[in-house]
Amino acid sequence: MRAFAKLFADLDETNKTNEKVRVLKEYFTSVTDHDKIHTLALFTGRKPKRQINATFVRTWAMEMAGIPPWLFEESYQVVGDLGETIALLLPRNTSEQHKSLTEWIGEMNALANMDEAGRKQWLTDAWASMSQQERFVFNKVLTGSFRVGVSQNLIIKALADISGLDAATLTHRIMGNWDPNTFSFSQLMQEQDASDDISRPYPFYLAYAIQETSDQQKTAEEMEESLGDPANWQAEWKWDGIRAQAIYRDGKIFIWTRGEELSTDKFPELHGFLKELPDGTVLDGEAICFSDGTPLPFNVLQTRIGRKNLSKKILEESPMAFIAYDCLEYAGEDIRHLPLSERREKLEELQSKTSFPEIFRLSPVVDFSSWEDLYDLRLLSRENHAEGFMLKRLESTYQTGRKRGDWWKWKVDPLSVDAVLMYAQKGHGRRADLYTDYTFAVWDGDKLVAFAKAYSGLTDKEINQVDYFVKRNTLEKFGPVRTVKPQLVFEIGFEGINKSNRHKSGVALRFPRILRWRTDKKIEEADTIETLKNFLG
Amino acid sequence: MPGKPLLEFNDNGIYCAAGKFYIDPWKPVDDAVITHAHSDHARWGSKNYLAHHLSREVLKYRLGAEINLQTVEYGETVFKNGVQISFHPAGHIIGSAQIRVEYKGEVWVVSGDYKLEDDGVCTPFEPVKCHSFISECTFGMPVYNWKPPLEVHAEINRWWQKNIEEDRASVIVGYSLGKAQRILQHLDMSLGKVYTHGVIENTHEALRRNGIQLNPTTRITPQSNKDEVRKGIILAPPSSVGSPWMRRFYPYDFGYCSGWMALRGAKRRRAADRGFVLSDHADWDGLLQAIDATGCETVYLTHGYTAAFSRYLAEIGYDAHEAHTLYGGDEAVEEDSSTVELVNEEGEVIQPGEGAAEI
Ligand SMILES: [Zn+2]
Ligand SMILES: [Zn+2]
Repeated sequence: MRAFAKLFADLDETNKTNEKVRVLKEYFTSVTDHDKIHTLALFTGRKPKRQINATFVRTWAMEMAGIPPWLFEESYQVVGDLGETIALLLPRNTSEQHKSLTEWIGEMNALANMDEAGRKQWLTDAWASMSQQERFVFNKVLTGSFRVGVSQNLIIKALADISGLDAATLTHRIMGNWDPNTFSFSQLMQEQDASDDISRPYPFYLAYAIQETSDQQKTAEEMEESLGDPANWQAEWKWDGIRAQAIYRDGKIFIWTRGEELSTDKFPELHGFLKELPDGTVLDGEAICFSDGTPLPFNVLQTRIGRKNLSKKILEESPMAFIAYDCLEYAGEDIRHLPLSERREKLEELQSKTSFPEIFRLSPVVDFSSWEDLYDLRLLSRENHAEGFMLKRLESTYQTGRKRGDWWKWKVDPLSVDAVLMYAQKGHGRRADLYTDYTFAVWDGDKLVAFAKAYSGLTDKEINQVDYFVKRNTLEKFGPVRTVKPQLVFEIGFEGINKSNRHKSGVALRFPRILRWRTDKKIEEADTIETLKNFLG
Repeated sequence: MPGKPLLEFNDNGIYCAAGKFYIDPWKPVDDAVITHAHSDHARWGSKNYLAHHLSREVLKYRLGAEINLQTVEYGETVFKNGVQISFHPAGHIIGSAQIRVEYKGEVWVVSGDYKLEDDGVCTPFEPVKCHSFISECTFGMPVYNWKPPLEVHAEINRWWQKNIEEDRASVIVGYSLGKAQRILQHLDMSLGKVYTHGVIENTHEALRRNGIQLNPTTRITPQSNKDEVRKGIILAPPSSVGSPWMRRFYPYDFGYCSGWMALRGAKRRRAADRGFVLSDHADWDGLLQAIDATGCETVYLTHGYTAAFSRYLAEIGYDAHEAHTLYGGDEAVEEDSSTVELVNEEGEVIQPGEGAAEI
């Protein structure tokens, strides 16, 4: 655990990519294979099962720190991370521990067979034997909230340097359904063999956005300049669902969603068409709610995804379809190296044979001969229930991760309104000492009504200025929230809007964010609730 | 009938009606008693200032050479309209004081900002007995517990050494008044030379005029040899972070010294390569210990976590109140209000017409 805590601290102590890779390599070459596979599992989001309820962890921490519950909660508000809060509040350690990461994880798993008193004893003894840094990392693993500020690419790079395997192969190997308690590091490093996991998905190829804002759109000429001849490009609507990879191998089906989560059971409607595909087929596409030949708004899907059990009602209200746009494996062969045009042919062939054409759909290719055509068509995105276009070079191979050049997303302008800052709250984590979380309001008659919360979008300098303003213009405080004098106006952008009975304003926004600070506007110039409701259409 | 309290908070600052003076006023007043020279405590525009000897040159540099300033030694007493005033070491920065006010047997102490650890640079904190204590609580949450400062200084020197070995420049960032001197005096001078940003060097010059001995430093100017500077350590204020001035020393590692560095989130926000937890304010235990040592019954809290901290004090038996003041509230704000406008792109200090800096 000490080496692992040090790795975490070392990664935390530098912002430089090369340095992070160096630190990772040093770690991976110095610990046992058991620790390596557990580390890799933690770094790729494969958390051990949580064995102690968070409420117990809190209670025992408060007892050990000797502070009242309210002060513990306030501390948590300040720090923004439970594991870190506890690590900071506990008294200094009275002994030392020398157990490895694997041993600690073993002990955590063994808690399942222990009673409450035993767990408490175990946890308080563990805390008393750890430095602050060890405790922090330990708490994160224990509470199932371990996250590391290192991209998977860096881990892959370090492992590739050590093992001599290439990065794309490694990226593919560490995906899938493995468990660090039964899968070994050497298995991971071995050349492809029969033991290969049939559930394993391919890494998604992700597109970059064509950068624009509502008042700085790309013209058709600019598109021509940066992307060249439109004949080399395929355009598809950008669907507002969940990116998913559907696999059929050895008579089994697997559906992976963008967060690399195995979600097969969440989409029973898709099972039928998958099972009749030829063996060894992998499709990339969008899982989306679809009814009467039309996609349903995203919040329908969101509601469904949030449910633990798919009741009959939910299945009726939010029927799923799969809009396929790529084929990654055909007849058991990885075809990602083929150009898009050839992969598309295979995809169309597969789709033409389906007996579920209402569910297994093709993402239509949008016909266009010039960028002007496409520019005009893009304005119809919302009528087509899309967020804009995906632009893909016809010759492009299917790459790994987010890569520039061959795939682009070209979204319609964000919807936006001018709104007044009404409430502010201190940020969590990296902004725990500043007021960074804001609630915005628009006019309803002569009253301001809150309608959206937004966090991101300001520069650090602007955040400091708003923080300065908040601290000096607080009208009232309740808990961590401050009501501020209505004075500052911001332009708030969002991706979509829906009616909502749960919100005072009657609307709920999707992905609201701050586009800019309108220092040129007075609060009287902010928009009204009618403006927002007009977006409902 | 209980009379008016000896000290009260009004729109201008902490007011003593009996003595007709203010302590650390945030608006211009006739008579200002100043705990220390940080910009949230020592503000421009008052007619008369009273401060500690060692604040003299910095106050003149910051507020203008023409200010009407009287200075005193720690322990020396001054009377204003029959109210007795004396200054006592606060251990916060050079020249920082707690202000003791006594009238008709009633004693109040205004802490200004303080810390309990001896930083080896300024006169260490001394507790002063009083009935009522106006205390800062910038870091008044139990998550703040400082490591012994000498450990932190050793970390800084090791970091500098490592950067030298790996051929990276070292840029160490801390507030120009207080933190910068503390860092400087604990650097291992055998490792190399110390180069300073103009804002910090101006402060050092003021302190040296005040008779303070500081380790030797070299001001960075447009004529400075970049390769030479990169071999040493660069002492810079927070306002220079990410500026073209700093970027010209690339490749560098940048370390940030502040109490806020105790939280991972705060460190990430400043995008520092290294965060060194070094604070000129008391931590949780330090605050409790200092308050206890005054023997006071009533506490007023300023700066930072006033609500939570006063609630906690009330629970352990104090008559504790949150005071509404315009003091910095946190080191970050204090730091951000440093003399940003006075530095041009090259890091050169732009001298205003009169030579006195207006902050
Ligand atoms: Zn101060
Ligand atoms: Zn202060």
